[in-house]
Amino acid sequence: MNTRRPLRFATLLATLLLAAGAQADTVLLNASYDVARDLYKDYNPAFQKAWQAKTGEKIEVKQSHGGSSKQVRAVADGLEADVVTMNQATDVDFLADKGLVAKDYTKKFPNNASPYTSTMVFIVRKGNPKGIKDWSDLVKSGVQVIVPHPKNTGNGRYTYLAAWGYALKQPGGSDKSAQEFVSKLLKNAPLFGTGGRDATTTFMQRRLGDVLVTFESEAELIAKEFGRGDFEVIYPSVSILTEFPVALVEKVVDKKGTRKQAHAYLEYLWSKEGQEIIAENYLRPRDPEVLKKHAAQFPAIKTFTVDETFGGWSKAFKAHFVDGGSFDQIYSVK
Amino acid sequence: MSRSSSHSVLPGFGLSLGYTLVYLSLLVLIPLAGLLAKSASLTLADIWAIATGPRALASFRVTFGASFIAACLNGFFGLIVAWVLVRYDFWGKRFIDALVDLPFALPTAVAGITLATLYAETGVIGEWFAKAGIKIAYTPLGIVVALTFIGLPFVVRTLQPVLEDIEPEVEEAAATLGASRWQTFRRVLFPAVFPALLTGFTLAFSRAIGEYGSVIFIAGNMPLISEITPLLIISKLEQYDFVGATALASVMLVISFVMLLAINLLQWWASNRHRSVPVKDAAALGGAQ
Repeated sequence: MNTRRPLRFATLLATLLLAAGAQADTVLLNASYDVARDLYKDYNPAFQKAWQAKTGEKIEVKQSHGGSSKQVRAVADGLEADVVTMNQATDVDFLADKGLVAKDYTKKFPNNASPYTSTMVFIVRKGNPKGIKDWSDLVKSGVQVIVPHPKNTGNGRYTYLAAWGYALKQPGGSDKSAQEFVSKLLKNAPLFGTGGRDATTTFMQRRLGDVLVTFESEAELIAKEFGRGDFEVIYPSVSILTEFPVALVEKVVDKKGTRKQAHAYLEYLWSKEGQEIIAENYLRPRDPEVLKKHAAQFPAIKTFTVDETFGGWSKAFKAHFVDGGSFDQIYSVK
Repeated sequence: MSRSSSHSVLPGFGLSLGYTLVYLSLLVLIPLAGLLAKSASLTLADIWAIATGPRALASFRVTFGASFIAACLNGFFGLIVAWVLVRYDFWGKRFIDALVDLPFALPTAVAGITLATLYAETGVIGEWFAKAGIKIAYTPLGIVVALTFIGLPFVVRTLQPVLEDIEPEVEEAAATLGASRWQTFRRVLFPAVFPALLTGFTLAFSRAIGEYGSVIFIAGNMPLISEITPLLIISKLEQYDFVGATALASVMLVISFVMLLAINLLQWWASNRHRSVPVKDAAALGGAQ
């Protein structure tokens, strides 16, 4: 035992020295939503390389992933994230209300500060046995719809708003008819998944339900996980454009003195290379050229935004997802 | 003064009590006080409104009802498991004994996902029940399954040492005195085991009330039907309604506290009732020796 001690000490010392040697000049922390893990795993090294080539500075980017509202709460409670990259404006709005993020954060970067978009699509069983083509097919009796919890999850909220928007856009559509439509759709749901991934597992692995409503990008991940031969992707006539806002956490970058680097980190998302990585992760790039290059992967689909149809996220949230909102109303009559 | 001279051979009462108080304060009392302080920004009428909404009431029914059923199931089957593990020797006993602790060690989300897969109507077990027209996963029944799973070790582990203390000779004595098997169980064994059974029941029950991770995967989470109170709390947090969430949590805390208090009283009553005679006997025996 005793003879080994110096050796062990030396190993420890070497490890510490190595760790110190690898220490970057600047460390950025990106607090992000759960399923953005793969995207940023590809994006961070690309940015580090580009930044080092440009300025000679070594940057280390650390990632923190979790449910988006949990992440935002952590930042509000003092998690020193330089940037937040989220999947819903409500979460960034919360930080703006707290004064951590600029009030006009959507104006700080192009495209509403959302470097990429996605949309909600249907996943059906091979051969589409129930003949599902559009939202109106989801309310038919005998069709089982798998969705994550519409009130508690980002994925579920987008599904809810997409169905609502579709009904609103039908001839004679009103808030009342939209609520009836969504209510019928939710009656066809045998359960509410706890999150996007849980709903996918329920549909693909437990083979429950006839249709899964989820992000377009999720379809590719399903193909990777379960093979391509088992399901089909259906694009409805119209769907919702999902935006993924990014923002600097002003208080943190000022305190850490990382404003320049953090800004460049987000800005690089709009570069050709950044957009390319985004497209490779099955998210729709904003750059028209990159989008065109990957056109086969992203069929054209008519979309509406939350801003156009619902007057912005905060309004949509208040109308539908707070206690007593339209979702709760559907379940209070019984 | 009298305390240290009257009992305890070892010194250090002050130190250990101080340590206990600091430890409990840091981990339990201060967070709980913070919880109550946060909900104190609401009036009682507000809290009442939050706690008596139809969805909140339904979730209380589901949470406390399923927890109670699960704890009862565990009380019954846990007693059998503990009995088998203590009284009989058989091949693979150590393995089964270790298996009992699994629900302690397994991350609850893993348990939830596994149970949901098994008990879904397409799952290995759920398939058979589906044929009989019983759906388990994504119904309140699924919640009971998950809560029974996580509560099992509490009952077994509290009962085992007590059962080990009861010598088989006690049963033999009862038999020689003419007691039937049922009488031996009811009059001799059960009273000795009952306080421990109640403790195990209480632990399993209170663990079940707060359980979130395993339940949400199998519950289905339909409002008014299979929504547990912790999910409603999460739902409020998702809306950044921290005060509402703490209000709901406080109400849950009060209900749990009252129920635990009631069970403790029952336990106290039970151990007093059943111990009064043996204690006197033991004293008499000690005096005789």
